[in-house]
Amino acid sequence: MTTEGSARDAGEDPEDRSSFRPGLRVGVPIGIVVGLVGVSFGVVGVQAGLTPLQAVVMSALVYAASGQIAAVTVVGSGGGLLPAVLASGLMSSRFLAMGLALTPSLRGNRLSRAAQGQAVVDTSWAMSNNGDGTFDRWLLFGSSAPQYVLWVAGTALGAYGGGLLGDVDRWGLDAVFPVFFLSLLLGELRGNGSRAIAAAGAVVALALIPLTPPGVPVLAASAVALVGLRRRAGGAA
Amino acid sequence: MSTAQIWVLIGVVALLTALIKGAGPLVLGSRQLPPRMIGVITLLPSALLAALVVTTALADGDVLRVGATAGGVAAGGLVLLVRAPLVLAVVVAVGVTAGLRALGVA
Repeated sequence: MTTEGSARDAGEDPEDRSSFRPGLRVGVPIGIVVGLVGVSFGVVGVQAGLTPLQAVVMSALVYAASGQIAAVTVVGSGGGLLPAVLASGLMSSRFLAMGLALTPSLRGNRLSRAAQGQAVVDTSWAMSNNGDGTFDRWLLFGSSAPQYVLWVAGTALGAYGGGLLGDVDRWGLDAVFPVFFLSLLLGELRGNGSRAIAAAGAVVALALIPLTPPGVPVLAASAVALVGLRRRAGGAA
Repeated sequence: MSTAQIWVLIGVVALLTALIKGAGPLVLGSRQLPPRMIGVITLLPSALLAALVVTTALADGDVLRVGATAGGVAAGGLVLLVRAPLVLAVVVAVGVTAGLRALGVA
């Protein structure tokens, strides 16, 4: 929906923002799943020793499910501040690679781009990827927004009402995200060379799971994509 | 950890995560990535997604486990391979995982 009033964006190319609404539409069903994971985070967080308010504030400020779960797991097992921060940082380290890839597709100065980068979560980043090295930032914002709202709401439900829900493990919800990532991966595998890269990434991650703290296997697997340097240099697209 | 220490933890984790997510934009700003990096970025989703699939399906902390979750994900994967909708794949995966767990599979 572009209006003639958007001349205040003078100096930048006109930008198509129409993908924000489709982003919202795909973000809602995924957000419902994210909300269920949030319920489970709320329950686990309170069991680990957080107050319900702390669990909700953490989800609102951090917005990185796996990193939060990593930190809270360390707290629950009696670990200290430093190990909890490290576990969380390692788990979230993949966002470093995602942020670098995304940056040229953002607009504005570096602080503004850094703020826009906060919208990145695995699902929204993968969906907004155009497949040619660029990203649709409005699809990213649109799909991330409902996920954020439902993540915080789910955490609140789990943190304040967890006692009524019983053992959330029982529901099998931990199978949701691998299947979702798998569906995104199957979409990626059309590109040339991406099957070998996916297989190599999976093997690297599998090999490192028993050897390194959680989070490192995924970060290390992203390094497999560096073979793209050689392919480019060799002239292949 | 005391409640006060947990507040500190939440603050530090929030700052660290924001820095991690913002580091790329802060370093690159409005510069374009070198053309050679485009080849890396087009391959990055495949490598990251494959690693996320295996770690979320098979890792329990630092232990590899082929258990209820792996069984459910395998069933969901089969549903995806016959080009059925994602929602159906998710329902099958959750159902199989919950069923296996009810049968005592870890």
